[in-house]
Amino acid sequence: MNGTLNRTFSLTLDRARVRALLPALSLVAVLVPIFVLQPATFSYFGIGLLLNLAVPLVLATLAQLAIITANDLDLSIGPFVSLVACIGATLLVSKPWVGVAALAGCVLLYAAVGALVEYRQIPSIVVTLGLSFVWNGLAVLLLPSPGGTSPAWISSIMGFQTPLVAAPIVWSTVIAVAGHLLLMRSSAGVRLRGSGGNPRAMRRFGWSLVRAKATLYGVAALFGVLSGLCLLGLTTSADANLALRYTLLSIAAVILGGGEFVGGRVSVIGAVLGAITLTLAASFLAFLNVSPDWQVGMQGAILIVVLSLRVLLQRRGGLR
Amino acid sequence: MNDPAVPDESGSEDVLIGLRNIGKTFGRVKALADVSFEFRAGECIGIAGHNGAGKSTLMAVLTGVFRPEHGTMTVAGREVGHFDPNAARSAGVRCVFQELSLCANLSVAENVSIVHPELRGRAWRRRATQMMREQLDAIFPGHGIKGHELIADLSLTQRQMVEIARAFTTVDDPVKLVILDEPTSSLDAHTSSQLLAFIERAGGEGIATILISHMLGEIERVAHRVLVMRDGRVAAVLPREAATQDAIIRAMGQHVDVKGAPSEGVDARREIARAQAHYRFRVGPAARIEIDSARGEVIGFAGLAGQGQSDTLLAVYEAALKNRERVAFVAGDRPRDGVFPLWSIAQNLDIRWLLNGAHAGRLPVPRPIDRRAALTLAERWRERIGIRGAPLSAGILSLSGGNQQKVLFARALASDAQLILMDDPTRGVDIGTKRDIYQLVRDEAARGRTFIWYTTENDEFAYCDRTYVFRAGRVTRMLHAHECNEEALLAASFEEAAA
Repeated sequence: MNGTLNRTFSLTLDRARVRALLPALSLVAVLVPIFVLQPATFSYFGIGLLLNLAVPLVLATLAQLAIITANDLDLSIGPFVSLVACIGATLLVSKPWVGVAALAGCVLLYAAVGALVEYRQIPSIVVTLGLSFVWNGLAVLLLPSPGGTSPAWISSIMGFQTPLVAAPIVWSTVIAVAGHLLLMRSSAGVRLRGSGGNPRAMRRFGWSLVRAKATLYGVAALFGVLSGLCLLGLTTSADANLALRYTLLSIAAVILGGGEFVGGRVSVIGAVLGAITLTLAASFLAFLNVSPDWQVGMQGAILIVVLSLRVLLQRRGGLR
Repeated sequence: MNDPAVPDESGSEDVLIGLRNIGKTFGRVKALADVSFEFRAGECIGIAGHNGAGKSTLMAVLTGVFRPEHGTMTVAGREVGHFDPNAARSAGVRCVFQELSLCANLSVAENVSIVHPELRGRAWRRRATQMMREQLDAIFPGHGIKGHELIADLSLTQRQMVEIARAFTTVDDPVKLVILDEPTSSLDAHTSSQLLAFIERAGGEGIATILISHMLGEIERVAHRVLVMRDGRVAAVLPREAATQDAIIRAMGQHVDVKGAPSEGVDARREIARAQAHYRFRVGPAARIEIDSARGEVIGFAGLAGQGQSDTLLAVYEAALKNRERVAFVAGDRPRDGVFPLWSIAQNLDIRWLLNGAHAGRLPVPRPIDRRAALTLAERWRERIGIRGAPLSAGILSLSGGNQQKVLFARALASDAQLILMDDPTRGVDIGTKRDIYQLVRDEAARGRTFIWYTTENDEFAYCDRTYVFRAGRVTRMLHAHECNEEALLAASFEEAAA
């Protein structure tokens, strides 16, 4: 930014850097062995295949990140993404306008839930846990058995072949940069993060916490809708239980990306990298010939290793 | 509406903010009553008063956080009806909060944008950084802050510097009145004097400041007038010439009514007891705080809030556990470390009793709980201590705050503890319950139990045999019951601890 910055690398900057680099390092740690074990993956199509399912998870992760920014936790994002996919596979095909209205209604409902959580000071975990069953129930009502079709325009967007770099990388980059600009760089985003960092101070300076939380929940729903439609475009059919595991995966990705549960401390780029890392971890274990029985446990182990590293790093930073 | 009551010495256009007969109550507590004052441009007002005198409430009114129930406020001579944080900001009122109002997850520059909604659009970050650095340079030359650091990565002193400098930054609305609530509490001597010098310079530019400080020397140095508050009222307004530290302390505590000092016969009996059983604790950094007490003595911990009394209590608790003393702790912050919110009243009451005979480091032998004995115990204490409002099997939260506190007392007293530590236990408790608690403490002390009692209410030291006064984590004075009046307490509270 300015000249003095380059001359003196202060300790604080250094620590901030290492902290920011950790998600990228863990991605590399998973990616390099994959390329070594299966050199064929190091190509346009190889990467495209590896990261095929990353984009919906990236979007779901950003939805979760919006909620975590407000010091809350969304336990309903997986069922919500499934519901969106079901709406997309049924209403959006048969009655497009009803489908659009249903999705818009979902977003408004999410925002209202955010306002309610702040206004009545209810724990978000309780509310979203309850909602997860509501979303799941609605999805089953819409689509009792797996099926439906993806609207043609979604499939064609998701099937679009980008030049030079594989599409999932392009999408993820675009999402990461846009999210970073909105939440981390814009003045409005800073104020939203402030409401997670020190709600009392924000209220003192005349900001409405109800509005902040409603906004963040609304943004989360928006990302959830995008995630559901993306997933639908990739799978071309839907299922009420399509994305249930996204709930925990998205939380893990946010935390893996340097976010913290409280204090409004999040990183958009880190979270996107975290989501990609988690997507790759499954392939990585498959290439290592780890039996599917062990894969879930190994994924958990990877998560624990990375988080332990972060704690170690923080402790060393604290001691200086 | 022009104000006829303005003194002649300054024109009414000089009055930035006028308060007339402001009153504010919380529940049954009168936080502010009939406060009238005028803040004039370029003037530094020192505000003094002990805890609960109404200083913070008054500041919350000035910043628009609380709306007063009585009285009127004028801004630049005009009466205002709706005064919220945004109105306060556009009137030019800024506040430096004692506990800091920075978002630790944001950078220094980003924290500036929180107080200035106008900072938006292109290059807002650069403007914020520049404003902040200019202001930091003006107040604290050589501060070493660049503006892009996260607050979480700064030291406490640097954070306080940021909080102060931020209050003086301007975008659209000019700064006219800056409230500094204990601004020097984490600054060192050098940066403190930089700040005081800046306050004087700002006054020259027409910026009014309000300095709330327990460092009366600072008020004496920079304040043009000193507003002394007591019990939510204006106790005195001292002009600069009269605002010496002694005069301020006198104005803070003229109202002395200590009644019922422990009787002498009891004292004599205690002298004998003192030879027999004796608690002696050396705690705190480098074991510098020495607390001793005889059996059956009530020891008070006094001083301004947050001067290390609670930490010392905890340290005494740890030390007592290590010495295998039978000790119990009565918490004052009920929701945080007092009640088990999901348990019944009886369960909350008998938990310490269940641990009878358990010493530090050794778990009690697991044995079935004697439910009947537990229930009898709870029933006995309910009658003795007068817990009213709900049956014993009801949840603890169904009781009022005062009755919850009684349960916490019963929890300690029903146990085998001989040493009972109390951490400001009458905080937010109504006067009737307080009287019950005082009676209980004295009764139990007469039976040989020892109490160490931290309280922020000065009249409670009337029930203490001896009182240790704390200042900045150290004991400045030990007062015996007969010398423990409000004046002596205040004087000792403001005494600078010898380095």
